[in-house]
Amino acid sequence: MENAKGTVFKYGDNVDTDVIIPARYLNSSDPAELAQHCMEDIDTEFVKKVKKGDIIVADKNFGCGSSREHAPIAIKASGVSCVIAETFARIFYRNSINIGLPIMECAEAAKEIKAGDEVEVDFDGGIIKDLTTGKEYKGQAFPPFMQKIIAAQGLVNYINEGQA
Amino acid sequence: MGMTMTQKILAAAAGLDHVEAGQLIEAKLSLVLGNDITSPVAIKEMAKMKTEGVFDKDKIALVPDHFVPNKDIKSAEHCKCVREFAKEHDITNYFEVGQMGIEHALLPEKGLTVAGDVIIGADSHTCTYGALGAFSTGVGSTDMAAGMATGKAWFKVPSAIRFNLTGKPAKHISGKDVILHIIGMIGVDGALYKSMEFTGDGIANLSMDDRFTIANMAIEAGGKNGIFPVDDKTIEYMKEHSDRAYTVYEADADAVYDAEYTIDLSTLESTVSFPHLPENTHTISEIEAMDEIRIDQVVIGSCTNGRIQDLRQAAEILKGKKVAEGMRLIVIPATQAIYLQAMEEGLLKTFIEAGGVVSTPTCGPCLGGYMGILAEGERCVSTTNRNFVGRMGHVTSEIYLASPTLAAASAIAGKIARP
Repeated sequence: MENAKGTVFKYGDNVDTDVIIPARYLNSSDPAELAQHCMEDIDTEFVKKVKKGDIIVADKNFGCGSSREHAPIAIKASGVSCVIAETFARIFYRNSINIGLPIMECAEAAKEIKAGDEVEVDFDGGIIKDLTTGKEYKGQAFPPFMQKIIAAQGLVNYINEGQA
Repeated sequence: MGMTMTQKILAAAAGLDHVEAGQLIEAKLSLVLGNDITSPVAIKEMAKMKTEGVFDKDKIALVPDHFVPNKDIKSAEHCKCVREFAKEHDITNYFEVGQMGIEHALLPEKGLTVAGDVIIGADSHTCTYGALGAFSTGVGSTDMAAGMATGKAWFKVPSAIRFNLTGKPAKHISGKDVILHIIGMIGVDGALYKSMEFTGDGIANLSMDDRFTIANMAIEAGGKNGIFPVDDKTIEYMKEHSDRAYTVYEADADAVYDAEYTIDLSTLESTVSFPHLPENTHTISEIEAMDEIRIDQVVIGSCTNGRIQDLRQAAEILKGKKVAEGMRLIVIPATQAIYLQAMEEGLLKTFIEAGGVVSTPTCGPCLGGYMGILAEGERCVSTTNRNFVGRMGHVTSEIYLASPTLAAASAIAGKIARP
């Protein structure tokens, strides 16, 4: 899997799917349209500033609340290449794997990496490198089963490949 | 090592004698659920799969309920997509306006969920059916698509936290107070990736509607599922609503739990979650010691608290009273059957005479869809399940989560008030 590399947007605990993509926009399921409103209830600057490859770093329980897959879809469509958090809410975690949005759990990285830092993530090695500070972190690797879904770029391809 | 109730259900559905926490399994599904927001995405994903149709047309439930009756053209297109899919695949349990209700109140009422089932739904409050002794959990649209196509889903077997409930709740204290108390105690990620297993002789003092409310909000503590043992009340409920065979599972005596809590229901007070997280709980005694909290709107309804007991309890408090001047009271029975029952019992008359409005079943205001959106700085006491930033409208609006009795009392007082 290709490395992710980009500038960090930093958020705190319990970023819920209602702020990732407010329900008032859920009358659409178009990724590009959803991306236009990504994070707007907690960060009106996000959509204006985000560039392809950028990385979200957050604390505990990222993606809690509603099961809306529109949340990881909006993040992915906005160009974000990876979300790093101390922990993820379980439905968001599952949805991200299923749609092919790379995520990684790492408490130390979540705590220390700052907004605006340049960060590179090596998924194969599970290594998060803060290029601004030069510090490296070891992320939580996915179990082999989930790695297969990720390698297939999502659950649909995984099933189509007859591995389910 | 013994298994928890959840682990036993998952082991059976995976065709295994034994499972343990952390194990990845593939389980057969009893039911796959979707709504008008999540199903269109699932339908699009399913079209990409090299599969022939759905695994079982009787084991899929499609319930347009979030923005239904259609709130705008885009929502109407989503509903049309679900309707056409249901027709194309001859889905037995598709519920059109007129039959529909809020999904998690509707499915048990229609007898589609029973003890021992393994249910996934593309809606986070799918955990509600744990009240019946089923394993049920929320997933996203792609999982729903895979479930509809294959009849199976992968799960990581969860560990569990045990909540031993004892005693009998006081008057005006209901399932909502129990679950808000628990979320306040363990936090919004207190049960992350875990089962919340409820046990103890206090459960006999909780109605099925109380149990649905408690299981419904397991997700608000991060839980994978919430589950109750099957007792006489459960069996009576299932016999009344379903002709499906059910299977009763019990946790092993030597099952291992990550943590155990004992809660004496008789000590609970009316509990309110303050903005903007369900864990920000305060008891009514604590609130009475604060400056008064004036409110603009009260919502009584949702998959959490739109059942008949909820409406009866609210009506008991509102009977012969008027809501405060300027108060907007919105009451939403969760299903058509509940609506009709409330009408026959005169509850709707009570709400309307008190100055409230009564709506057709919809999730509408709970997620800021429609039917009660809040303006800048407005405050709402709501019997719904989430009080996140912007959940019900403007980002500066505030939601206070509470029981139907406290919501009704607050509508009369114009401020957060003791029932």
